[in-house]
Amino acid sequence: MSQGSRLDPWVDSYASRAHAMRASEIRALFAVASRPEVVSLAGGMPFVQALPVDMLTATAVRVLTERGPTALQYGSGQGDVTLREQILEVIGEVGVTAHPDDIVVTPGSQMALDLVTRVFCDPGDVVLVEAPSYVGALGVFRAYECDVIHVAMDDEGLVPTALAEAIAAARVAGKRVKMIYTIPSFHNPAGVTQGPARRAEILAIAQREGIALLEDDPYGLLGFEGEPPRAIRADDSEGVIYLGSFSKTIASGLRVGWAVAPHGVREKLVLAAESAVLCPSNYAQLTVSEYLATQPWREQIKVFREVYRERRDALLESLQALMPAGTTWTIPAGGFYSWLTLPEGLDATAMLPRAVAALVAYVPGTGFYVDGQGRQNLRLSYCYPEPERIREGVRRLAAVMESELELVNTFGPSAAASRSGSSVPAPDIR
Amino acid sequence: MQILVLAGGLSAERDVSLRSGRRVAESLRRERPDWEVLERDVDSTLIPHLRAQRPDCVIPLLHGAAGEDGSMRDVLESLRIPFVGSAASASRLAFDKPNAKHVLAAAGILTPPHVSMPQTTFRELGAAAVLDSVVERLGLPLVIKPARGGSALGMSIVRRAEDVPAAMVAAFAYSDTVMLERFIEGTEVAIGVFSRDEDLVALSAVEIVPENGIYDYAARYTAGTTMFYCPARLDDDVAEAAQALALNAHVLLGLAHLSRTDAIIDSDGRAWFLEVNVAPGMTETSLLPQALSEAQIGVGSLFSELVERVTA
Repeated sequence: MSQGSRLDPWVDSYASRAHAMRASEIRALFAVASRPEVVSLAGGMPFVQALPVDMLTATAVRVLTERGPTALQYGSGQGDVTLREQILEVIGEVGVTAHPDDIVVTPGSQMALDLVTRVFCDPGDVVLVEAPSYVGALGVFRAYECDVIHVAMDDEGLVPTALAEAIAAARVAGKRVKMIYTIPSFHNPAGVTQGPARRAEILAIAQREGIALLEDDPYGLLGFEGEPPRAIRADDSEGVIYLGSFSKTIASGLRVGWAVAPHGVREKLVLAAESAVLCPSNYAQLTVSEYLATQPWREQIKVFREVYRERRDALLESLQALMPAGTTWTIPAGGFYSWLTLPEGLDATAMLPRAVAALVAYVPGTGFYVDGQGRQNLRLSYCYPEPERIREGVRRLAAVMESELELVNTFGPSAAASRSGSSVPAPDIR
Repeated sequence: MQILVLAGGLSAERDVSLRSGRRVAESLRRERPDWEVLERDVDSTLIPHLRAQRPDCVIPLLHGAAGEDGSMRDVLESLRIPFVGSAASASRLAFDKPNAKHVLAAAGILTPPHVSMPQTTFRELGAAAVLDSVVERLGLPLVIKPARGGSALGMSIVRRAEDVPAAMVAAFAYSDTVMLERFIEGTEVAIGVFSRDEDLVALSAVEIVPENGIYDYAARYTAGTTMFYCPARLDDDVAEAAQALALNAHVLLGLAHLSRTDAIIDSDGRAWFLEVNVAPGMTETSLLPQALSEAQIGVGSLFSELVERVTA
């Protein structure tokens, strides 16, 4: 009798949280999306081609030639002090005032999200998130085995009454609510923005209930009209932990982000950071620092805004012209994304293979929920493709939706079989 | 000698193909350091490249449409570039599951009863009426899958009539024609066949026991989620019958060099043909490499033999 093999000798050694890490059909489809023939409205890759490459090259070379021994050495777990001072200038744009000591620099704000969760959450603790929410945050909360509860949104983001009800319900159920996680400006994936009154209401609830508010603000400086929205952290330095990033305002490949946190939290974040990564990359930090010191970074952000505004307009005009009846979508005033709701009966996950065969890709809505919601939704990213490609992508998507509607008319509502595994693309997929 | 491994393409099995291609290319480089083994994706620059470079032999490891439906092999044949694997016409026949089953059934080979239909049939005649008649004829459970394609993409096993329409939609997402096939309860096996000298050799059957009962995409490509037995836990006569089935399928469909037949062994020990693959997966979790390993044949050694055969 032959011995069986599962082809992985460690399969019985993995933590239970690793069991959901599986190959998935959806991920397989995203492998096709990276081909140039496909118009990918899926990934959230910033359009770094808009950066002045010559200046960045000179900056990187200067860091190595003038400060090489520092750039190539370990650094402080809290991050370079000069960069922390410069970050104060950046967050000043959204109304945040702080001391350099309040800032912890991290390898991307994703790591800050991880560290904050590590410091706050035991398995089973509740984190309240928007419905839908950023997939990278959901991944972190799941990794720490949090109980993630989605709270309804409307055109102005998180709904305060729904938030208060969710807190009450969780407490009645005997659960410990540890954090409210929100992306108030140019939401990923919903594309909506909280107005000042909405922000105040949400902050008041967090304060009243004694729950930490985790404000994630990677897109705050990428608004298309007027001044950047004032951060919630600008009005509360004790109850709000603010996460920021240079991924969208300079370059995602540098992996430099930060957290602004109250004293006690910050001390723990530094210790947690030292055990997780020792320190953020000195080379990347000094490159960002040199760039901020010597280049017109505010002007560059204006360039990015214009690039993304033009692409947003191309997307919205095409959607308006081509989408079948019954389709709705959000109108982003900044950032990278619009959230589309399909006509009744269509399922975004079930439709994706047909879309990829028609050479257009998107992210199905289910990736932005932990509980299977989002089947009728999809996220469209306009940050990377040129406007003409966006128009072509929407043309292809409209044709796919028309044929999917025909299929639904034939067989009844579509639904992808429930399958395990990730339904979002890897970070390097366009 | 220059060998070109083609992998990737635009099918939903692109990722699997890239991994198969990488594994075969690396194994071949280790086996034959004197050969130049190149890897390439399939795009609009491929044909000019083939015309200019004229590799001595191509190994097409494209899965899914274009790779297995014969079209890429048509291109290679028209350019008169030798390649490992079945000719275009045989690939086309084998890739179309219903047609392959018809050919084998006509030769007396056991294969589950099936019906295959394009979307237009359902639209014209009414899905409910058509599906009712199909379910009445074939019974439940049913396997519903795209008529063309692999890696279990779009495949469902349906046990209740009310779940049939959703499974049809899932399958039509990958193909214009869908096959509904009677589900045969039994042991799932895969049998590799390859050419050696003037003979055809059938490898030991690999038995597949997925942890959730269904050998779907995740079960295929997540190491640890499926238990494999090689050789399969079958009586000797049943194992031989399974190998005979694979050899017959290979010959009757006119295949060359290499194939993998998927079959079910029912409780009476009868082997039922399900489908055959002309570009079997060669990834870390794929079936054919496991059978090769059991036979102590390296992936590099097999492909080196096949390349020599093609270029002799």
